Amino acid sequence: MKLAEKYKDEIGDILSRYPVKRSALIPLLYVAQRDQGYVTEAAMQEIAALLRLTPPQVYETITFYTMFNLKPVGKFHLQVCKSLMCALVGSDTVIGWIKAKLGIAPGETTADGLFSLSAVECLAACGTGPMMQVNDDYYEQLTEDKLDRILSDLRSTGTSPLKSGPFMWPEPITVKSET
Amino acid sequence: MPKHELILLKNMMQPGYTGSLPDYEKTGGYQALRTTLGKIAPADVTAMVKKSGLRGRGGAGFPTGVKWGFLPKDYHGPRYLCCNADESEPGTFKDRQLMERDPHQVLEGILLACYAIGAETAYIYIRGEMVLGSQILEHAIAEARAAGYIGTNILGTGVHVDIWVHRGAGAYICGEETALLESLEGKRGLPRVKPPFPATHGLYNKPTVVNNVETLANLPHIINRGPEWFAAIGSPPKSTGTRVFCVSGHVKRPGNYEVPMGVTVRELVYEHAGGMRSDKPIKAFIPGGASAPFLTPAHLDVKLDFEHVAAAGSMLGSGGVTVMEEGTSMVWAALRLMEFFYHESCGKCSPCREGSSWLVQTLRRILAKRGRMQDLETLLDLCKNIAGRTVCAFGDAEVAPIQSTLKYWRQEYVDLISEAEAANLIQLEPAGRH
Repeated sequence: MKLAEKYKDEIGDILSRYPVKRSALIPLLYVAQRDQGYVTEAAMQEIAALLRLTPPQVYETITFYTMFNLKPVGKFHLQVCKSLMCALVGSDTVIGWIKAKLGIAPGETTADGLFSLSAVECLAACGTGPMMQVNDDYYEQLTEDKLDRILSDLRSTGTSPLKSGPFMWPEPITVKSET
Repeated sequence: MPKHELILLKNMMQPGYTGSLPDYEKTGGYQALRTTLGKIAPADVTAMVKKSGLRGRGGAGFPTGVKWGFLPKDYHGPRYLCCNADESEPGTFKDRQLMERDPHQVLEGILLACYAIGAETAYIYIRGEMVLGSQILEHAIAEARAAGYIGTNILGTGVHVDIWVHRGAGAYICGEETALLESLEGKRGLPRVKPPFPATHGLYNKPTVVNNVETLANLPHIINRGPEWFAAIGSPPKSTGTRVFCVSGHVKRPGNYEVPMGVTVRELVYEHAGGMRSDKPIKAFIPGGASAPFLTPAHLDVKLDFEHVAAAGSMLGSGGVTVMEEGTSMVWAALRLMEFFYHESCGKCSPCREGSSWLVQTLRRILAKRGRMQDLETLLDLCKNIAGRTVCAFGDAEVAPIQSTLKYWRQEYVDLISEAEAANLIQLEPAGRH
């Protein structure tokens, strides 16, 4: 089914937010990615037509941004931050744990298609590293035990209660006693 | 321990504060909007912000009111406000907390800025990875719209402002304001050549202001308590107000600490962040995000305000303070940051695109003990030919880790290379070949 039919209201809402159609490109690519897990060529063609762009205009844009997958990835995309701030507190160790537990290196997907691993640059969680993003969720202050629980939760329920909520660190009680 | 008042983090520090509209209103939220709309002339709001001394919290530290003042006064078409929520500077995680814990404080700031500059549409450009943050903002916008704070005829004053959340998609460079505008227009996020500046030719070529989340969140407080109150906080006259410093690295309690500008790194690390995690001495720190040059323990008593940090040879930048303990390899640290910049270079300007790749390769070679002494000159030469020779400030930023670590810890580079040369592991190529 075409995106324009399947997500009619959402696409209409997106288009209404911008005076120039092309601004809706990234939001529409997100719709496409949510639908299939990656952005298919057919989706890019359809979005190009919707926004009166040429397919190359869509392609040149999508390839600039790292968050769009142009081919399928695992059901759970583990993205571990490897930038300096996380590296100072052990992100390389976290990547090592995942490699050992799942048998995949950054850029690879498990044979069952469940997990993909990427080493990524800064995700703005430098005070709560080491951390990783799994699909839409952040998991911070990782330890090996915590990682085991997250992987097991993801396998069994598709999500984990260990994911971050609205961010605040340090939490109020800590600050209150110290300032 | 110095006593000081929290401004931006005050609400969220209250037990049970959820950041919902009723919670925000209970703390006096949207009062600034009520006292401003239709009661204070937009030009006077700008004058108040100028008087407060508020400077941009995103990195460059440009005076906010002055930036607003650059918009053409005789232009009657659409104008835009863009809230820069593309928080991506390594070491920085304050905007995420401001948006996720007290979203209405940010929205009220956006509304006040829109009123001052005459914009009827604002876009919050939030980094794509912050899915939760974008959902929280969407929810808060819906709450505020239902209560009549956003939309047409706000509070019956005839003022219209719409606010939309626009997610980026994983490109550091889109935090640069003109790259942000390109990205918001649905294009590759390549910085524009300036001039013209966004004030005259911004989003869709219309007059546009781009302000950081933390900058905007300060506005309700400046209106409520007066510019004189704000201007007396911190390190006046040039660095007024508080900063939410993001402390990361080898400290006991990393996190966001809001303090008046002008505190020292020593205070921040030892009084707020609990000191060093293994009680080892500090070896190095970065005072303002990855783009800011490294400083040494000799700079621990430098005041964290725009002028003093600049005088010490670095920059206050985004407020991301990263602390490294004794024993950290500075060549390794420089490489980690350089890999970030190499990954994030947008590719528009040759010196940055090609230079970042050469810098990473040369650093990797040195760290792998395959370096040679002339690599040090190559590094410096490359840095010299990148900084100041690119369309945006990224070029200046990416050379900071290398130039500063070479300045203060040159011996670490020399030692690695000496080891390589002593081991005679490789057949050296003639100098000057790549």
